[in-house]
Amino acid sequence: MKKVLTIAATTLALGLTPLVGVQASPADDLSAFQGYFKKRFPDTKLADYKNGVYSVDAPSREQWEEMEEFPPYELAIDDGESIWNKKFANGKGYADCLGEVGAIRAKFPHYDAKNDDIATLEGAINKCRTDNGEKAFKWKKGKLAKLSAYIAYQGRGGKGDVKVEGEKAEAWYNAGKTFFYGKRGQLNMACADCHVYYSGQRIRGDTLSPALGHTTHFPVYRSKWGNLGTLHRRYGGCNKQMRAKPFKAQSKQYKALEYFEAYMSNGLEFNGPGARK
Amino acid sequence: MRINFRQMITSASAIAIVAVMGITTNIATAEDKAASPLEEGKKLAFNKKKGNCLACHMIQGGEMAGNIGPPLIAMKARFKRDALIAQITDAREKNPNTIMPPFGTYSIVSEKEIEKIADFILSL
Ligand code: HEC
Ligand code: HEC
Repeated sequence: MKKVLTIAATTLALGLTPLVGVQASPADDLSAFQGYFKKRFPDTKLADYKNGVYSVDAPSREQWEEMEEFPPYELAIDDGESIWNKKFANGKGYADCLGEVGAIRAKFPHYDAKNDDIATLEGAINKCRTDNGEKAFKWKKGKLAKLSAYIAYQGRGGKGDVKVEGEKAEAWYNAGKTFFYGKRGQLNMACADCHVYYSGQRIRGDTLSPALGHTTHFPVYRSKWGNLGTLHRRYGGCNKQMRAKPFKAQSKQYKALEYFEAYMSNGLEFNGPGARK
Repeated sequence: MRINFRQMITSASAIAIVAVMGITTNIATAEDKAASPLEEGKKLAFNKKKGNCLACHMIQGGEMAGNIGPPLIAMKARFKRDALIAQITDAREKNPNTIMPPFGTYSIVSEKEIEKIADFILSL
């Protein structure tokens, strides 16, 4: 384990991105990033990247569209609705913290200046619970993912509009960006290797999704999991594939990564929850 | 009760048979290995926990190959053994930002295993 860690640390320092300059502003990064995919997949419209790998993989798209006719996440949305409707012991509910249900999804993630933190949807749900004297849900699946799915479903059609304003917000953004482009783990890979430079190509039998759109459709029902998982659950899975130590869901590292990836997907519609094989 | 007892006897003998078969298959693979180093190199190249070359390269005889790297074909005509071993040991020598893992430098497989993989690849 120690070895893996040292490797991650040294390569992180070297893992600067050839695609996006370190000095570039977030706005410059955004247009370079979306421009890169526009060139790489000339037939894919920007708005379609919300569909993940299916935006660039025509053969699997048909199967997916069939799956979406009887979505495997439907029951989870119903469960999520019951969780949403269940009042806390003090008589309050999620709407008292988060506002009208249809407007919640598109507000996250965002920079929380008061706490110098990144507020994620899942984080805000659990904060609402603990602020009201309830126990926090587990982070990666189960009730939290179901409630997140209900909120995502109600918020479909809202558009990503993440802001990076001020030095401290930029520091979070840069941490996420460095993570995304940094080589890590025993296999010495970066998120960008698989989800930018080789996106649309196959690793064994799997076609790699473009990172553009990664954040729009979570939580995701994955056939391999047999249930619903949050974005950070998936981050952990990909980290393990690179034989790098996964971080905890809602760790600083993954919050920064979500902030960066969500910013890169600005302008796309939210269409969660999603279904993947 | 009697049925249960009989079932116990059958399953016990089944275990015994499996145990015996287990031993024989072990012997068989040991002999396989001794018989064919190329076959061993192939296993190392295809195994997901070892070379996993198929994740990225089309290789004759392998299924569900990825297409991240170039197909590994006509290798003998294109590669000297040393150059191939160097490529597997650390692909960053040629391309610092490569996605191909540094198999030797990061001890993903041993030096001996790299040689076996290389000999298999050269046989393609
Ligand atoms: C070795 C290749 C590889 C690396 C490196 C990798 N991933 Fe993945 N990732 C995959 C594969 C394969 C899938 C499943 C197919 C797909 O949707 O892309 C996947 C799926 C995902 C998904 C889900 C996409 C969806 O629509 O459901 C996200 C999000 C993701 N990866 C993020 C990351 C992040 C962040 C990193 C870096 C920490 C990373 N990945 C590193 C191979 C990789
Ligand atoms: C995660 C992807 C990946 C894996 C796994 C991988 N490679 Fe590669 N390989 C590449 C890429 C990409 C290239 C193209 C050169 C570059 O980008 O460095 C390459 C290049 C090569 C080349 C040079 C080919 C040529 O025609 O010039 C050889 C030989 C090679 N790889 C052998 C192997 C062997 C043997 C293994 C397994 C032990 C392996 N690779 C595993 C991605 C991979």
